[in-house]
Amino acid sequence: MSGMATFGEWLASGLIVLGAGFALIGSWGLVRLPSLMERLHGPTKASTLGLGALLAGSIIWFQLVKGEWTTHEVLVSLFLFVTAPISANMIAKAHLHRLRQGAVPGPAGTPAAPSESSDWATYEAPHAGTPGCFVEEERDGFAARRDSM
Amino acid sequence: MSRLIPHPGLSALLVMVWMVMVNDLTFGTLFLGLVAGLAVPLFTAAWWPGRPHVRFLPGIAYCGLVIGDIILANFQVAAIILFKPTHDLRPAWLTIPLDLATPEAITVFAGTISLTPGTVSADVSACGRYLLVHALHAPDPAGEVAKVKARYETRLTRIFV
Repeated sequence: MSGMATFGEWLASGLIVLGAGFALIGSWGLVRLPSLMERLHGPTKASTLGLGALLAGSIIWFQLVKGEWTTHEVLVSLFLFVTAPISANMIAKAHLHRLRQGAVPGPAGTPAAPSESSDWATYEAPHAGTPGCFVEEERDGFAARRDSM
Repeated sequence: MSRLIPHPGLSALLVMVWMVMVNDLTFGTLFLGLVAGLAVPLFTAAWWPGRPHVRFLPGIAYCGLVIGDIILANFQVAAIILFKPTHDLRPAWLTIPLDLATPEAITVFAGTISLTPGTVSADVSACGRYLLVHALHAPDPAGEVAKVKARYETRLTRIFV
């Protein structure tokens, strides 16, 4: 049993060092990448493999060294996987608005409109018949507000 | 069956999350989880209009594929951050035309793109037929779009029927 515990300690240590390493590289990406949109890519890494490795290390340590079965780490990573893309999406949308107001674009430039009849949803209310647009009155309200601006 | 269990996937997920949260594999926990898993979809069914049909086996295979890709892409992006000089970096906006029609499928697609390091989904078009994605390093934007569509979107069209 003590051999198993030593093996568990080594494995958990390795995973924790790997996770911390990825968190460090993600933070370094925040420092050195040229503009906001590129910097967004750093934290996505810290919150996927970085945190995943740390949590796997935690599960293995409790299982092999303490002999307890914990599953809370699975839940932590599940909630992070659900919430991390949303926060990144909100930051990107705010950045798109700032670009229209004259903020300096990064090396990728400003995104072009996808087609002649439609702009991005950050700039324009959803069109009629768009997937997921259930509320008719609300859409008309948004359209009226857009036209008056 | 469909009136009593309107959302079998959500019921199964709620039971599993409950078991994981309580961290206890006994009959009492399972019973409480089942009560929550059956009651919550029953009382919230009115707020899920026009739900697409989901095929679960391809869905689970898709999760495995995405987790593998996340691990691989993490190493690629780490190499870019550590070793690629800024003047060699080719960040780009990608406009991905969507074949997926339901909001659930588009959300899963956008979430997959954001979770895979190296790409972040930024916006959807007002007509709902294009996705705006920012890529950290894409020397060939058209090829990148084709790769993402072939790898994730074709699989999702088979999951969300």
